[in-house]
Amino acid sequence: MLQIDLWKRIVIALTCALGLWLALPNAFYGPVEQHNDAVAAIELGGATPELEAQRALWPDWMPSGLVNLGLDLRGGAHLLAEVKVTDVYANRMEAQWPEVRDALRALTPVRRQQSTPDELRVRLNDDTKMAEALEIVRGLARPVPTLTGAGSTDIDVRGDAGVIIVTLSEAEKQATDNRTMQQSLEIIRRRIDEVGTREPTIQRQGADRILIQVPGIGSAAELKAIIGTTAQLTFNPVVSRGTDENANPGIGNKLIPSVDEPGAFYIVESSPVVTGEELVDAQPSYDQNGRPAVSFRFNTSGARKFGDYTAENIGSPFAIVLDDEVISAPTIQSHIPGGSGIITGNFDVEESTNLAILLRAGALPAGLEFLEERTIGPELGQDSIDAGKVATIVAFVSVLFFMFVSYGLFGLFANIALIINVGMIFGLLSLVGATLTLPGIAGIVLTVGMAVDANVLIFERIREEIKTAKGPARAISLGYEKALSAIIDANITTLITAVILFVMGSGPVRGFAITLGFGIITSVFTAIFVTRLMVVIWFERARPKTIEV
Amino acid sequence: MRLRLFKEAPNFDFFSRWKIWLGISALMMIVAAASFMIQGLNYGIDFRGGTTIRTESPQVVDVAEYRAAIDRLELGDISITEVFDPSFRADQNVAMIRIQAQDGQEAVTTETIDAVERVLVEVRPDIKFISVESVGPKVSGELIQTAAIAVVLAIGAVLIYIWLRFEWQFAVGAVLALVHDVILTIGVFSELQIRFDLAIIAALLTIVGYSLNDTVVVFDRVRENLRKYKKRDLKEVLNLSINETMARTFMTSFTTLIALIALFVLGGDVIRGFVFAMIWGVIVGTYSSIFVASAILLYLGVKRDWSKPDANAGNQYANIDA
Repeated sequence: MLQIDLWKRIVIALTCALGLWLALPNAFYGPVEQHNDAVAAIELGGATPELEAQRALWPDWMPSGLVNLGLDLRGGAHLLAEVKVTDVYANRMEAQWPEVRDALRALTPVRRQQSTPDELRVRLNDDTKMAEALEIVRGLARPVPTLTGAGSTDIDVRGDAGVIIVTLSEAEKQATDNRTMQQSLEIIRRRIDEVGTREPTIQRQGADRILIQVPGIGSAAELKAIIGTTAQLTFNPVVSRGTDENANPGIGNKLIPSVDEPGAFYIVESSPVVTGEELVDAQPSYDQNGRPAVSFRFNTSGARKFGDYTAENIGSPFAIVLDDEVISAPTIQSHIPGGSGIITGNFDVEESTNLAILLRAGALPAGLEFLEERTIGPELGQDSIDAGKVATIVAFVSVLFFMFVSYGLFGLFANIALIINVGMIFGLLSLVGATLTLPGIAGIVLTVGMAVDANVLIFERIREEIKTAKGPARAISLGYEKALSAIIDANITTLITAVILFVMGSGPVRGFAITLGFGIITSVFTAIFVTRLMVVIWFERARPKTIEV
Repeated sequence: MRLRLFKEAPNFDFFSRWKIWLGISALMMIVAAASFMIQGLNYGIDFRGGTTIRTESPQVVDVAEYRAAIDRLELGDISITEVFDPSFRADQNVAMIRIQAQDGQEAVTTETIDAVERVLVEVRPDIKFISVESVGPKVSGELIQTAAIAVVLAIGAVLIYIWLRFEWQFAVGAVLALVHDVILTIGVFSELQIRFDLAIIAALLTIVGYSLNDTVVVFDRVRENLRKYKKRDLKEVLNLSINETMARTFMTSFTTLIALIALFVLGGDVIRGFVFAMIWGVIVGTYSSIFVASAILLYLGVKRDWSKPDANAGNQYANIDA
């Protein structure tokens, strides 16, 4: 019957209010955006009066989530890159060769043979020692932690007519691919963050692809140039440490700031002991005392240089420098001969993981191939926004007018619900931080057209029920009851297609799927709860003997 | 005073010639499929790789001049079209240049784009490159595959849902109506050679959603009337149901069309193809829920015993209270 409990009324009203409240910042897009940028800048680099003034443009206690504008609306560049993960296998095999050679030295002399880049072929001078040699080389294998459990090692070793063939095991290949992708993502993210653009999207797609979207950048070529630059990692001897940023470093030295300790500066020798190009791997690990640390490994030449240097400088600090900032300045504990070592410090697990990534992130681990690139000029974006705005307003007003002349007072209720509906779509989009694209605007316009459907179904049903003359209250209540199954079935089927679009689609299509999906949810909510609440409240007040729908 | 399409519930006879209607639909599908086979779709770069460059210049676009400049680079198949739109300013002359994917290139090369931009600046110093998009052949192949999978998945999911909520005959009717809509839409794009890109796939799926919406509303009423009039002829029940839901069908189609037409006229040329697909879809979708979905239901027949514990309630949602 035509009764709605008080608590339900309150819940409905609150839900609407919450939706509109969340949508509110979008009405003041410019100031809120400046506010958000200022808040982020203050958190990062401390407050300045200028930033504080920008921050004050929007009150802190108000919601500040905005609907992100997609590239097609804001302008910017889009790249889809494929990481050539197999590049890394060759490097690994290069690093494996000296290890194998040294291990077999006592047994028999060996020669390296020509091979494909992803395997290592070693000929034994004395091939009667094959069985022992295989045993020794297999002993070099390290265990690989896999999901499937124990037993996997990083290399597969087999013998073939006096030749030992070493390849990476499947488990290790997978692990390596994953690491390569992680590193590439991290490097690209760092590169782009340095440029300081707003809200870049850097996502892994599938097994070996990375999607990069940067709003506001001039062109895809510019973006490629930024990603292409390699991070410069060096290991430098430390001369001294201080807090004076104007200190004179002296000839052959340079003064560089520390990343982690604000205000601290290091004077280091300009010429590095080793550079990041000679680093083969870095992994988070633990020291003898079980504290988080980072283990690393150099290639042969790096190992020799690093070994010599550490032997001579036990007890003195050296700096790990990335792009002219000191990441960490550990003290050399002992001679490090093998080209691998461990960095200890005041790390927690997260920090050691990050440092390992940073160390590896020195240079892109593998080549990138660009499969897709798009540049959208800001003018085109602005034109699209303007056109979209006009179209949305015209569509909105026409539908409102049409509903009113068709259903009178009930049409008015539906119209109010429609306005709340669009508000709630924006609220939801802001809440999840969704991106609005041009097809997304089309999705909203389509929703405006289709959102009335649920109300139309109900109102037409009420008209039918009035004819069978059971009194207005009964007619309204039956109208809602009987229209419900059609509304639910019709909207669930549409929702199914929206979900499939979202899962399968990418970029603008996904933006469309999100607005369409949210539109379906809010339109069903407003039709069966909000307009109903309005109708019931009106009915209670007016108590009409007859109604005209 | 209300605006009413129908003063009384209409009483059209939809099914006296239902075989003819089905025949017409089948014929249109054949024409559409033939057009697709013979002409093929005008695929955008999303689906066949290549580069599009959108240029803007204060001077009127001289396609021949542009073409002459780019032809020197020998890039193979090039299309240059001038774009017109009511929303453009007087000094806004826009052209779209499309360059095919270059042989032997899996990825995109900046050199090609740079070269084209350079020669165009030579002939038109004030030209601006508003957007440049390149898709490598490797990705475009995958995109078309994913798109096809998406459409098939959507139709499959719907088939299952309707089968669960109604009966299999309803599901078959609804899905054939969807296939009809999708084929006719692809046919129109092939016949008019409108550019077919990723956004059109989104439109296609929306059409699937919309058409279904319409079909489900009619079917819901059929289900209700089958319970109500157990003795009446199926043809009569179907006809009655469609007439009863007629007012709603037109009302919703109108409001949706109003919104879409506003977008078509005022929304700019970038999404015009997309909006066109949806307008077309609303029209065919409305048609197909009556003349395809319901006609097939009539052809297949349907079980008449819908008696459930509570025949009056209609469905399990009916007791949800606001």
